[in-house]
Amino acid sequence: MRLELHWVDYLIMIIYFLFVLGIGWFLRKYMKNANAFLEAGRSMPAWVAGLAFISTNLGALEVMGMTGSGMKYGMLTTHFYWVGAIPAMIFLAVFMMPFYYGSKARSVPEFLKLRYDEKTRGLNAILFAIMTILASGISMFALAILMENVLGWDFNLSLWISALIVLGYTYLGGLSSAIYNEVLQFFIIVIGLLPLVFLALKDVGGWVGLKAQLAPIAISKGYAADAFTTTWKYSGSSSANALGVEWFGILFGLGFVLSFGYWCTNFLIVQRAFAAESKAAARKVPLIGAIPKMFIPFLIIVPGIIALALSNDPGKGFNLPVSPGGGPDYNLTIIMLLKQYLPTGVLGLGITALLASFMSGMAGNVSAFNTVWTYDIYQSYIRPRTGNEEADGKHYLKVGRVATVVGILLSIASAYIASKFGNIMDFLQTIFSMINAPLFAVIFLGMFWKRTTGHAAFTGLLAGFLLALLHHGLTVPEGATTLVKGGWIANLHTYPVEMAQNFWTAIIAFTVSTVVTVSLTFMTDQKKSDDELKGLVYSLTPREADDSHLPWYERPLGLAILVSVICIVLTIMFW
Amino acid sequence: MVDIRIPIGLMFAIIGVIISIFGIVTMSDSAMYQKSLGVNVNLIMGVLMLIFGLVMLFFAFRKKKG
Repeated sequence: MRLELHWVDYLIMIIYFLFVLGIGWFLRKYMKNANAFLEAGRSMPAWVAGLAFISTNLGALEVMGMTGSGMKYGMLTTHFYWVGAIPAMIFLAVFMMPFYYGSKARSVPEFLKLRYDEKTRGLNAILFAIMTILASGISMFALAILMENVLGWDFNLSLWISALIVLGYTYLGGLSSAIYNEVLQFFIIVIGLLPLVFLALKDVGGWVGLKAQLAPIAISKGYAADAFTTTWKYSGSSSANALGVEWFGILFGLGFVLSFGYWCTNFLIVQRAFAAESKAAARKVPLIGAIPKMFIPFLIIVPGIIALALSNDPGKGFNLPVSPGGGPDYNLTIIMLLKQYLPTGVLGLGITALLASFMSGMAGNVSAFNTVWTYDIYQSYIRPRTGNEEADGKHYLKVGRVATVVGILLSIASAYIASKFGNIMDFLQTIFSMINAPLFAVIFLGMFWKRTTGHAAFTGLLAGFLLALLHHGLTVPEGATTLVKGGWIANLHTYPVEMAQNFWTAIIAFTVSTVVTVSLTFMTDQKKSDDELKGLVYSLTPREADDSHLPWYERPLGLAILVSVICIVLTIMFW
Repeated sequence: MVDIRIPIGLMFAIIGVIISIFGIVTMSDSAMYQKSLGVNVNLIMGVLMLIFGLVMLFFAFRKKKG
């Protein structure tokens, strides 16, 4: 599966990295205090933050994983976008962002502190810090192993060089640099993968030709002829579609619990909206991001579906390499497609796009980690503010920079540890479902029910997380060979596919967290006065300023309606 | 702060020029473009990227004057 790169390919790669580092270099002089470094000075235009918002999520693991899922499940994979992202992004923009941004909290844990209490913040901050380091390490590991297998580069060398580049631009320019580079990365991914989609579709005779080629494949696997090119049509029972999950699991597990937990409360993502220049801009950030997000499936899932057709056509000579655990290695689908269609030149562009997305995966995590570390751990427990704003700003800037270096070193360490784990994407998802789902329950209750108390929220968070762990420890997906996939306590239930197990872990975490938080709220006293909760809770916050004089496309509600309409049209087109 | 459209525009314009030139030079190399179904994707993508880069620069500098 080696790819041959030539000097043109390397030249493109080098130019890209020069620009990446150059952006950090130009931004360094604006980094005068911690606000500028960790919050981008709250000065980003809505469109810049909006593209960074989805770009953070468009890491290489997402691109590789989604193309692989496209090959496994066909168009059903679009559920991760049209059901599993867009509704949550709209909800975040319309309902939650006014409280997040208006509260002046600098991070999600800090919002918990303002709304609830210190211990709730502490719990979330520590879990989140660990999660970002893990995620960043996994991303680095994946990059290094891929470069070793595909380009023949040395594993350790690629790991350390990529870490150094990320360190370079995040150390110099902080969050601004991370955001700017995410925007750059967004464009290079779209432009880098465009020729692939175009050529692959041309090769199979367009969408109509693709459907015709997939029909016999679907039938031979025991599904209806159009099972791989439709989304909801066969979701009535879990055995009729390749995903192995029925409509309830998709709608509630993916569309509600997992996606709202991820898009509305994961600080890594939300931080991009916090960096916007005004509350109105912050509300537009997720909506502006949602517009390209809806079309990303055509860029990364459709090629995966084409790969399924190619692999069943002996004349094409398209085969996936065998994975270490046996069976085809779906994570390499995109690489094999690049190899199949792209000649030198655009190939360099495609590989650069992948490298770019790996690095922004690290940079995103590191820039969220240093913020949470500096504000929620260091400033709260180690050295509180002194009151001298200027000296504090300088001091915490230094701490933020040191945290960046330490964060990268810890990521490198966890990359070496991650080399033990197999399926990267699923492992990441398992972690997400355990931390984010209970967090969403607690933040949602906090924003819309003023009675919710700190003790209840803390217990709810902890209970949701522990029960999710317990569920994972007691169930296994069919065919699991390692304890990483579950069943490390006992095996009480076997799920047909791993995705079903993930969905149910999240559903349980969310439900337990909600029930515990609500019932404990009735048993404990609210320690915060209505005045303290102003701006944090819906019923105690003055209504938004009237924006009806603006044209519809500049109003959050107008954009939200536009996004909903496009999303519904896409869903119906590919029903 | 630096207008992000300037680095984006510059980068895509430079890479666009390089890939276009490479596409023109390799125009007659049909073996190389067999992969891409006989389409000279380098020339097409190079020109597209150059246009995209110039559009970004145009908007960045138009705003500065106004």
